[in-house]
Amino acid sequence: MHIVVPIKQVPDTAKVKLDPETGTMIRSETDAVMNPLDLYAVETAIRLKEQYGGKITVLSMGPSSAHRTLKEALAMGCDEGVLLSDKAFAGADTWATSYALSTAIRESVPYDLIITGERATDGDTGQVGPGIAAWLNIPVATYVARIENFDGTRFTLARLTEEGYERLSVPLPCLLTVVKEIAIPRLPTLKGIKRARASEISIRGKDAFPFRDEYLGLRGSPTRVVKIETPQVSRKGEVLVIKTEEDLEKAAEEFVRFLEERALI
Amino acid sequence: MDLMENQVWTLAEQWEGKLKPISYELLAWGRNLADKLNAPLVSVVMGNGIPRETLETLVHYGADEVYCVQHPRLSHFTCESYARVLERLIQTRRPTILLGGATTTGRTLLPYLAVKVGTGLTADCTALDIEPGTGNLLQTRPAIGGNIMATIKTPNHRPQMATVRPRSKKPLCPDPTRKGRIETIEAPEEWMDNRVQFLELQALDEDGNSLESADIVVSGGKGLKKAENFSLIRGLAEELGAAIGASREAVERGWISYPHQVGLSGKTISPKLYIAVGISGSIQHLAGIKSSETILAVNSDPGAPIFQVANFGIVGDLFQVIPRIRDRLREYRMRKQQEGTHGCEE
Ligand SMILES: Cc1cc2nc3c(=O)[nH]c(=O)nc-3n(C[C@H](O)[C@H](O)[C@H](O)COP(=O)(O)OP(=O)(O)OC[C@H]3O[C@@H](n4cnc5c(N)ncnc54)[C@H](O)[C@@H]3O)c2cc1C
Ligand SMILES: Cc1cc2nc3c(=O)[nH]c(=O)nc-3n(C[C@H](O)[C@H](O)[C@H](O)COP(=O)(O)OP(=O)(O)OC[C@H]3O[C@@H](n4cnc5c(N)ncnc54)[C@H](O)[C@@H]3O)c2cc1C
Repeated sequence: MHIVVPIKQVPDTAKVKLDPETGTMIRSETDAVMNPLDLYAVETAIRLKEQYGGKITVLSMGPSSAHRTLKEALAMGCDEGVLLSDKAFAGADTWATSYALSTAIRESVPYDLIITGERATDGDTGQVGPGIAAWLNIPVATYVARIENFDGTRFTLARLTEEGYERLSVPLPCLLTVVKEIAIPRLPTLKGIKRARASEISIRGKDAFPFRDEYLGLRGSPTRVVKIETPQVSRKGEVLVIKTEEDLEKAAEEFVRFLEERALI
Repeated sequence: MDLMENQVWTLAEQWEGKLKPISYELLAWGRNLADKLNAPLVSVVMGNGIPRETLETLVHYGADEVYCVQHPRLSHFTCESYARVLERLIQTRRPTILLGGATTTGRTLLPYLAVKVGTGLTADCTALDIEPGTGNLLQTRPAIGGNIMATIKTPNHRPQMATVRPRSKKPLCPDPTRKGRIETIEAPEEWMDNRVQFLELQALDEDGNSLESADIVVSGGKGLKKAENFSLIRGLAEELGAAIGASREAVERGWISYPHQVGLSGKTISPKLYIAVGISGSIQHLAGIKSSETILAVNSDPGAPIFQVANFGIVGDLFQVIPRIRDRLREYRMRKQQEGTHGCEE
């Protein structure tokens, strides 16, 4: 089985500090890391490889520094890393991102399975996975929480929805997006780190594959971000101290009003 | 311009023939946009065996027209056939806007469809408006864990597509005298081709399990003092339709199972509302809830660190506060039911 895992490099939100005065991100302290939710996709791929054999290619579109993220995945146990990096890819929305990634997947490798994270912690759309499936015209199952069985041609799996776990039967080739529940990501081993350090990441530009230029990057993107605002994040809010029966009543009423104002009930 | 080309569409969602609340919420957004564009508002429904009275409620809640596509193979959501139906309808009827819910269905179907029809999609919007002059849809959404709000346009592609966060708007108050056209569309068999097979739905365990996708999470900690008292948390969660979380102390004492643990060694969640009851707010616990949109805390210790991150705090005895809150919530619900609305906008 050949598995492709698209992974994204994102700012390390654990390290993102907000300026308390302006509410903006203090960039200098942010490091780039693998999208934390992609670790679950990588782990799922490695477990399938361990069980059924095969090979895992990790693929990322991003700046040249993203090769570090790919090496991290190799250290965990993936076999090959491909980085799509070119000015022409910059500014892509999810439509153009999924176009570029799907073209690279189709043109470079015979694949059986594609696994993505549920969403990236920065762009936060969760749209790239289903988008890739549509470009490749393969079946998709999102929010996969469990893989129960694989019979050589079809997966039986469970997807987490608002109503519960939807059990599905999905044939290869297909694309799965996975949620955290699916597995606990492993740490790289020392051997894995050494192997990753010694391996080459192939970096591909826009001429490496038969891309349609007009579908790439900002130019190829149907959506445009026209405004960005930073809402003030003042967390510490009102605190009611209960001393009397009246206080108790007032607190309960305020609580209901608080939920009502925010349309939470 | 052909009138049909200007339609605003919303995508209704159904479960076992019943419409989900998001269907009505989307109509409230859609009505607002359609009025600004002076365009008809259409609700599109896919399913099987949805009775006519149910479809009529969509008109009562603001739709001018309902397109209903029914087929036994549409009874459960499957991405390929749902996308194919919409793709064909879009190709022939050319709506200008298509709104879906930012639900597990909408967030799967719409990105797939957007590629198939060659247009943009904005995710998880919390506000929508029409740009004066151009008539373009202005789509506003939180990104980077809610740290920024981005406004996005799809200037040159149609339809302009967006998923809209559930409960970001109240439904309109239903008007049973409103009249509209209900069109039943026959779906040819070949639209139903589907490589993915739906097997069954397994309900969540008794304490629920959808912590990560829940809009509201109610969590209990050591302050509950013993296992039986955890029922206070379950009761409040039930009243709010919330998922149940817990601190590690509560999990280690066996009051609730590990999948409900929130924090560094449990789940990281970002609900719209997190309610912490009898939880001190240790660094490790806060690590799991930092990106919640709103945090509410009940704790008897005014110095508890949880109050440093709470948008609203109640310093008091949870054994008094929680039952009282539950009573007030129940009253609120009864009042709304009597008014015949579940919270709607005039
Ligand atoms: C503030 C802001 C808001 C935005 N809003 C939208 C929007 O509403 N609609 C829209 O179309 N675009 C939007 N974009 C652009 C979008 O962020 C980029 O297209 C981005 O490259 C991919 O989207 P994402 O981060 O949401 O990824 P997601 O779709 O959330 O990622 C899901 C999975 O896809 C894979 N993946 C995603 N990106 C890559 C990559 N570059 N390389 C390899 N694998 C990848 C990973 O497995 C990841 O887990 C927005 C950008 C910003 C800055
Ligand atoms: C490596 C590591 C990982 C960890 N991971 C996690 C994790 O994932 N999740 C997690 O939660 N913890 C985790 N912890 C444990 C964490 O440090 C705390 O011990 C734990 O969060 C405390 O749980 P608590 O708030 O329920 O209990 P306490 O800190 O004991 O707080 C109980 C609170 O209840 C209040 N209270 C008491 N009686 C009442 C009453 N009648 N009415 C109202 N309030 C009342 C008290 O004022 C107090 O603030 C981790 C610790 C370590 C070292």
